[in-house]
Amino acid sequence: MCKRFARFALLAALACGWTAVPARAQDQPAADAASRGKYIATLGDCAACHTAPGGKPFAGGLVIETPFGNLVSANITPDPKAGIGGWSDDDFVRAMQRGIADDGTHLYPAMPYPAFTQVTRDDLLALKAYLATIEPVSDAVETNRLPFPFSIRAGMIAWNLLNFTPGEFKPDPAKSDDWNRGAYLVNGLGHCGTCHTPKNAMGGDKSGQNMAGAALQGWYAPPLHNDARTGLGTWSADDIVAYLKTGWGGGQAASGPMALVVADSTSQLSDADLNAMAVYLKDIAAPANAPPAPAPLAQGDPAMQSGLALYVANCAACHTQSGDGTAGIFPALAKSPVVQADNTATLLDVVLNGGHAVATDANPTAPGMPAFGWKLSDDQVAALLTYIRNDWGNAASAVSSGDVQKARTRPTAAN
Amino acid sequence: MARTLPATDVVIIGLGWTGSILAQELTGAGLNVVAIERGPWRDTSTDFPTTYAQDELRYHIHHDLFLRPAQQTQTFRNNPSQTALPIRTWGSFMPPNGVGGGGVHWNGQTWRFLPSDFQLKTHLTQRYGAKFLPPDMTIQDWGVSYDDLEPYYDKFEYLCGTSGKAGNIKGQKQAGGNPFEGPRSRDYPTPPQKQPYAPTLFAQAATELGYSPFPQPSGNLSQAYTNPYGVKLGPCTFCGFCEWFGCGNYSKASPQTTILPALVRRSNFEARTECEVTRINLDDSGKRATGVTYVDASGEEWEQPAQLVLLCAFQLFNVHLLLLSGIGKPYDPSLGEGVIGRNYSYQVTSGVNAFFDDKNFNPFVASGAIGMVIDDFNGDNFDHGPQGFVGGGYIAAAQTNGRPILGTLTPKGTPKWGAAWKEAVAKNYLSSYSAATHGSCYSYRGAYLDLDPTYTDPLGRKLMRITFDFNQNELKMSQFLTDRLADIVQKMGPRQLEKSPRTGPYDISIYQTTHTCGGAIMGSDPKTSALNRYLQNWDVPNLFVMGASAFPQNAGYNPTGTVGALAYWAADAIINQYLKSPGPLVHV
Repeated sequence: MCKRFARFALLAALACGWTAVPARAQDQPAADAASRGKYIATLGDCAACHTAPGGKPFAGGLVIETPFGNLVSANITPDPKAGIGGWSDDDFVRAMQRGIADDGTHLYPAMPYPAFTQVTRDDLLALKAYLATIEPVSDAVETNRLPFPFSIRAGMIAWNLLNFTPGEFKPDPAKSDDWNRGAYLVNGLGHCGTCHTPKNAMGGDKSGQNMAGAALQGWYAPPLHNDARTGLGTWSADDIVAYLKTGWGGGQAASGPMALVVADSTSQLSDADLNAMAVYLKDIAAPANAPPAPAPLAQGDPAMQSGLALYVANCAACHTQSGDGTAGIFPALAKSPVVQADNTATLLDVVLNGGHAVATDANPTAPGMPAFGWKLSDDQVAALLTYIRNDWGNAASAVSSGDVQKARTRPTAAN
Repeated sequence: MARTLPATDVVIIGLGWTGSILAQELTGAGLNVVAIERGPWRDTSTDFPTTYAQDELRYHIHHDLFLRPAQQTQTFRNNPSQTALPIRTWGSFMPPNGVGGGGVHWNGQTWRFLPSDFQLKTHLTQRYGAKFLPPDMTIQDWGVSYDDLEPYYDKFEYLCGTSGKAGNIKGQKQAGGNPFEGPRSRDYPTPPQKQPYAPTLFAQAATELGYSPFPQPSGNLSQAYTNPYGVKLGPCTFCGFCEWFGCGNYSKASPQTTILPALVRRSNFEARTECEVTRINLDDSGKRATGVTYVDASGEEWEQPAQLVLLCAFQLFNVHLLLLSGIGKPYDPSLGEGVIGRNYSYQVTSGVNAFFDDKNFNPFVASGAIGMVIDDFNGDNFDHGPQGFVGGGYIAAAQTNGRPILGTLTPKGTPKWGAAWKEAVAKNYLSSYSAATHGSCYSYRGAYLDLDPTYTDPLGRKLMRITFDFNQNELKMSQFLTDRLADIVQKMGPRQLEKSPRTGPYDISIYQTTHTCGGAIMGSDPKTSALNRYLQNWDVPNLFVMGASAFPQNAGYNPTGTVGALAYWAADAIINQYLKSPGPLVHV
């Protein structure tokens, strides 16, 4: 693309103040690259890491906790020294698609290049054009805070060999346009697998387990495959679209880290893109070799009886006796993947520490669930969670007092 | 020395119901709005979550959500022969504090006034003759009619999701609703709440006596609801901790549950909490407000300039601030002249306690505004000629609570503590019942507000003085309503029935209602009102004063529905008339 034309087009686009959101980013002409790039930045939710709370846009400085230690997000404003102002188009594409910086050093995959490798050069250059419009910030950021030996970037060479397959997204001709667009968004810019795909000991994706659910930062990101109990099996494509757009869908509310994803990214995407993502997600099969669902605990089981009493006294006013909640304000517990998850991290965190649903333009209510950790003992929380995991057609393992006790001391991300 | 802040379009004093309504409407019209609230920010899940909101000792007895008298109070006397003294513990009324104001801890009883209430002076004079009215009664017409306000009552009810049954839709009477109400354009947004046992027995008895019972209109919703701003409420679950308490269930209509979630997303809205406005500032002409002065939580003084000032605090504080700011002529009862402090009124309530042998009422299954009500003796719905008084009220079998500390009824003569008290509570808790009358309070020459000559607040400003007593007219009315209530309750078959009509003198120390009204009233004549029909101050056209302070007298209903309707009415006038052509909207 001719650089001079792009600059002129950029100025023209800014002069018009046009911020329309195109349905197919790669079909738009280069004339509005920066506007396209803004939408792509929303798709990729770059600001989530690269704009620190209270910080200047894209100036970095956000601390990212990894199992190996802390990293800090980079300054990607166009400042020539502190940011990426001096980067060529090829530099930017290589960083996003290969995880290699302009000076040849390796990025850590906390910058999710294993997902962004799928993004087309065209989209990446539009993104770069948008980032070039951001106000330059000259504050340098020291990004590498990992302890030795993880601090040695060259270690990523071996990591990449084992965990990283580079390559732009290749549409599947056997699938619909929507499916392909959805796959491109979910696996590429959306980088959903960064949280939702389980990780091996090295922090790389476990092979063959795309979107099978993963634990991180005290939360459990549930599977996005179509298991009826633990995944999206009971959700329609419309439920998924509603969840991403409004924060509420399939009886569930986006809270915790997903609240930020919805608020900053998915609530601002086009309906066509949201629908494409839903079409793709609904096509991710439940694992064939998953263990069978447990039989639900019997109603007469002592844990169920004391759990029921606790539920009626503490929870039923909002979540109702039938576990159905109230659409858009109190999540359903019946058929909930969060409630039935094998990993109870999110469930325990919400009950012990409370939680807040995201506020969106479509649903600004943002109700809060109070914390119960101060009020209920380990035994009581265990009985309560065991109960909700096994009534109303739910079936999942019991929760023990020991599980609850451990969860109280586990550090969690902000609610 | 106050430091001056950058000017804004609108400054709103107080972020309760009217402040929130005006902020939402005016930010929606594109204006920059700064709301300044004396109390703290309040939010459902952090300030009154279901895990501890139902704490009677903390909230009802220790007044946790209310204003502290040490921060601001009034002095009180019944009449000028007495020396007013400061109220050091709230009793008769409970002034709110904090974002959401009284909307946080009200009962949710959501009423419209009658068409005749708005033309009260004209109506009563025409029907009964001027001589029928007490000579010192100073009731006035409002300057607006029920028909003017109907679309705004509707707007407030649909904001809240009010649960009820219409009795009159566009002139067509509807079975099951209030046959006396003014015509509505449509039914309530949600159906009435389910009624507990006692109110249904009351309704049966009332019907047998030829009256027309209907379900009380309720701001505690019967079902989930999404309001026009996209904000959602859940259904009330009858916890019985309504008035005096915040609702943790998202089912009581309040600014928190209906407006604030949408309002806080607007970049042209800003709220400053724990900041007390000490003065509305005027320019040298005295005809234009330039903004407000306020003190923040650290004691720093600030000046906030604005083009438009909206006084949206609670009724008592609206009048106090006008007096302190020197806006409008203070009322002098001996001359009958002046407008600020004129026509202070209240509410005249009474009750009947009944004790049964064979009933289980489950009093703890309760909600702030459930109940069956008759309006047959409200306003001028009945012939007052033979009765010798004017005014009236609704008669209600409500069931607001069975709370363990103060919600245990015992028959008169039961000791207040000890074994006999415990025995009486155990015997009567499930099978006793209390019903109420909620009567009008008209205005009188000697019921007024002014500045106290002696006492001051922590900022050195004179406290406001309340001079008020019940007039014989209201006491006669209360006796009458109580007797009518007793007729109905007697038909329910109690073992024992006790009547407690309101008696004089007015006692500031026992709780009755927080329906203090007037003092900055609306009307058609600047000599006898502070505000024109749009709640615009006659003297300072860029100042509007919301709330029950605008009521020329109080009707036989809870005020909030009318307060909300007037706020929407005024907002409409500001956006569609005032902003297009700033200046007085009414010329006399």
